Amino acid sequence: MISRIPVTSARSLPEAYALLEKPPPGLRVLAGGTDLMVQLQARVGLERIGHVLDIWGLRELRFVDRAEGLLRLGALATYGDLRDSPLVRERLPALAELSREVGARAIQSRGTLGGNVCNASPAGDTLPLLIAAGASFVVGGPRGERRIAADQFFVAYRRTALAPDELFLRAELPELAPHERLVYRKVGTRRAQSISRTLLALRGGALGGRLAGVRVAAGGVAPVPLRCRLAEAALEGRPVDALAVAAARAALEGEIRPISDLRGSADYRREVTGNLLARLLPELAG
Amino acid sequence: MVIPAPPGKMGPVPLPAPELLVGQSPPRLDGLDKLLGRARYLDDLTFEGQLWGRTVRSTVAHARIVLIDFDPSYDWSGVTRVTARDIPGENVVQLIDDDQPCLAWDVIRHFDEPVALLACADREKLEEALRHVRVEVEPLPAVLDPAASTQVFKHYRYEREAGRLAEAFARAHRVVEGSYRVRHQEQLYLEPNAVCAVPRADGGILLHGSMQCPFYVQRALKRLLALDDERVAVVQTVTGGGFGGKEEYPSMIACHAALLARAAGRPVKIVYGRGEDLASTTKRHPGVVSHRTAVAADGTLLGGEIDVLFDGGAYSTLSPVVLSRGAIHAPGAYRWPACRVDARAVATNTPPNGAFRGFGAPQTLFAVELHMDRIARELGLDPLDLRRRNALRPGDRTATGQELRESVSALEVLEAVAERSGWASGRAQPKGDGPKRRGLGLSLVLHGAGFTGSGEVKLKARAGVELTPTGCRVLAASTEIGQGTITIFAQLVADALGLPLGAIEVAAPDTSRVPDSGPTVASRTCMVVGGTLEGAARALHRRLAAYAAEVYGGDAERIACVGGTFREGARAIATFEEVARRQLADRGPLVIVEQYSHPPGIEWDDDEFRGDAYPVYAWAATAVEVEVDLDSYETRVLRVVTAQDVGKAIHPLLCVGQIEGGTVQALGYALMEEVVHRDGRVANDRLQSYLIPTALDAPPIETILVENRYPHGPRGAKGVGELPMDGPAPAVAAAVLDATGALVPELPITPDRLRAALKLGAAPTASLGETPLGAAE
Ligand SMILES: Cc1cc2nc3c(=O)[nH]c(=O)nc-3n(C[C@H](O)[C@H](O)[C@H](O)COP(=O)(O)OP(=O)(O)OC[C@H]3O[C@@H](n4cnc5c(N)ncnc54)[C@H](O)[C@@H]3O)c2cc1C
Repeated sequence: MISRIPVTSARSLPEAYALLEKPPPGLRVLAGGTDLMVQLQARVGLERIGHVLDIWGLRELRFVDRAEGLLRLGALATYGDLRDSPLVRERLPALAELSREVGARAIQSRGTLGGNVCNASPAGDTLPLLIAAGASFVVGGPRGERRIAADQFFVAYRRTALAPDELFLRAELPELAPHERLVYRKVGTRRAQSISRTLLALRGGALGGRLAGVRVAAGGVAPVPLRCRLAEAALEGRPVDALAVAAARAALEGEIRPISDLRGSADYRREVTGNLLARLLPELAG
Repeated sequence: MVIPAPPGKMGPVPLPAPELLVGQSPPRLDGLDKLLGRARYLDDLTFEGQLWGRTVRSTVAHARIVLIDFDPSYDWSGVTRVTARDIPGENVVQLIDDDQPCLAWDVIRHFDEPVALLACADREKLEEALRHVRVEVEPLPAVLDPAASTQVFKHYRYEREAGRLAEAFARAHRVVEGSYRVRHQEQLYLEPNAVCAVPRADGGILLHGSMQCPFYVQRALKRLLALDDERVAVVQTVTGGGFGGKEEYPSMIACHAALLARAAGRPVKIVYGRGEDLASTTKRHPGVVSHRTAVAADGTLLGGEIDVLFDGGAYSTLSPVVLSRGAIHAPGAYRWPACRVDARAVATNTPPNGAFRGFGAPQTLFAVELHMDRIARELGLDPLDLRRRNALRPGDRTATGQELRESVSALEVLEAVAERSGWASGRAQPKGDGPKRRGLGLSLVLHGAGFTGSGEVKLKARAGVELTPTGCRVLAASTEIGQGTITIFAQLVADALGLPLGAIEVAAPDTSRVPDSGPTVASRTCMVVGGTLEGAARALHRRLAAYAAEVYGGDAERIACVGGTFREGARAIATFEEVARRQLADRGPLVIVEQYSHPPGIEWDDDEFRGDAYPVYAWAATAVEVEVDLDSYETRVLRVVTAQDVGKAIHPLLCVGQIEGGTVQALGYALMEEVVHRDGRVANDRLQSYLIPTALDAPPIETILVENRYPHGPRGAKGVGELPMDGPAPAVAAAVLDATGALVPELPITPDRLRAALKLGAAPTASLGETPLGAAE
């Protein structure tokens, strides 16, 4: 019964850590609640929830700043924060733009980056962007902090590298070099309040007419948000020409593992993800 | 935007009282309460000692019930339990064929079918108790594909000059064939189904609920509970939308609440969650419509054969009448020198399908309209010219042999849309050569106003007015479900009485207080009930004028109430209020109830399926411009231009609201709305996966109101409620065809379906039984 689940609302990180010292059985973290409350309503895993740790009030986790060439995004930064932040808009416009596309205004005011990451849905919209950007995640708990590369964080379908006594604290994104870009395209089910059918994010640039530092990540086409290393390998050091695009596309379509579900067929997802790659690549070079 | 039709076409109708409020758009009578959150929906009401009710549902599509087991080890105290055994009357939800049980007893015929009921004061205990009921079954083979069904609920066949069909096909320049498929659509009213049954001391039931048709519910309760009229009262509460979804289903949930309330001796409230509502209530009928058409080289239709197959679901419910409207609209807004329509509704082991805005017409009109575009393409003709050539004109006969006499506006709406949409230049524009392609499509539809065939004649709808000291009270069973019923009733009655709007009250529909005006469906509320009310108001006016003449002197024939004062010519006699108060004191209450009757000369033959299927038709043409993204196969609607002849817009703003809302709902039908079944169970029973358009998906809509008055409607009004649902889907499909060259013969046009059609290259055809209707992709 939902009303009988005990809730601890932490007012500071140490207070949250105190509870995590000996996590009660079935502990779940609550940030904005836009995933968790939906799951509760649908009774998904309700019986496994024994205690809720509400971190929404932890001001120290709600920030966007810049330090040592890194853009740092706090776990509780909402889509609204990312959408409106001058820093994000200047340094990583793709993330601001994506945040404007997530859900609709109400969700943007409440949904957090940390929630998107820890919910670990293969269709979580920020995840391919974070992976393509080369982000690392800083997680912490009573035993201290550690850093995990974004592309190592999602270990299996809806499973993360987070330990039961750890919180996601922030994402750190290396800044783009002047010749580099981060681009993406989301193909959802409609124009707002829409879950991705597929989402492709690319980072990289051209040096002397050849692609360099290319990273490719895709959402909604595998059990986890996927870094597409074969596609990257097919592109690195190559000029953006028809040959390279075809090779990268073949590599990408081979390494993603889409399924058929209510939102679309596997064949559709495979082809469209390839189309997105072909469409987005010239933007890296240009 | 509202553009009045050119004068001359409107044919002024002589009226005894001027139109002062009619044709204006005063604030909705229910608007402020809804805006301020003061309107109290069923779930906002608390009843003394109330329990909550829940439904135990089947988890299999077809099975024999072996045992309904209430876990003996569970503590059932405080929980009321009901099964079919506890039904005092007949275990049936009364409708047409009466084949649907209120609670399944021996056989389960669809997933999520009600089997038992529980009530409890504590909602959490109730949820827990629900998990302690086990329905033991012996599974039976389930029929999920209507093409494989052997149980036919209804079969209609009708013909026009069938003897000439063979000849038409023999001399045709071309014979064009095509099959078109549509899927389940959910009404998705904002407020899910909700009722509360209150047991009465006399053994009767007082039922409050969100509904369209209080008298349907009352009849169902009487039959189930074996009670007479006096002991069953049904009151409509503020209703958050219906779209047909609250035509027949509220009878079911009302029966459940009433059984629980009688068993518990306390009020029982049942409020569905969205998931339960999506999974178990009625949907728009899915179907397949096939056309075989003989055409001349210039595009003239020579003859056609049309085959309609609707999936009724597990029980017949409203399928016979949905099918008849579907069958009558199947030939579309065109002249057919010879034509044969064969229409069947069959049973499958899926939740029953039922009423939904348009009621069978959107399905068959989608088919005939897209078929017109197929013909135009095969013949190399402009789809607009093809429609111009074949559109019905005044004096023409429809496929049921009905001569169209009045208010026939096919060409008028078509030309209005052609012009405002920039058809010629829009079609000539390059489609684009990058990933984005543009296209323009068109549709022309008609929609029969009021009940089909002899429906109104059998119904004998009644409505009336009651004199109050300051004006009058409208007495009708028609429900306000967000569409504006009470406001337009007040406008019509106020103008007939020469009163301001504020002098008119509208009584809440309560079966113990209002006459049976019939259900709030079939675009009949304004034309049929509004017209009857206007007649009653005029009769009241005559009575008061006569009384004023008697009391104050003067010639009753020349006395009229104008602006709240009775006058004879320029001479003011007395205010309405003075006359009303005096009349009430002198002679007691004054109630005038009138009965609707069809205008003279309307004849329908049920057996032959021939004659005047409707007293009149409303007409609409719709142009849609789309942009298709060939990278993602997404279709975006850029704009809609639509011209709709509603006879007379009593309240133009509400009328445009109906058209815009219906258009967006129809765009959802065209592009994304689809209830997906897996093994007979609704797989997308949440708003995350059952998609409707958001505000960002809604394009700019330009509405042209055409007012070609219908002489027998109130102030010339026909119906508007369903009309806007008919045209947009085929116009979208035609625009996609124009943009990409791919004819997608199936709704909704999802990216997957468009991709499949493009891969097939040539215009593909959905064949019967290719995949079961509603099969998951
Ligand atoms: C209407 C609607 C539209 C949506 N649209 C989109 C969309 O377009 N794109 C998209 O990607 N998502 C969408 N979502 C999903 C959701 O809004 C996002 O995933 C959001 O980022 C979740 O953040 P939250 O703070 O609300 O998470 P919560 O619901 O609070 O938590 C989600 C999960 O993460 C865990 N968690 C949260 N924060 C932490 C932390 N700091 N440390 C450890 N664990 C943590 C929780 O325990 C829980 O398991 C939508 C949801 C809704 C209801």
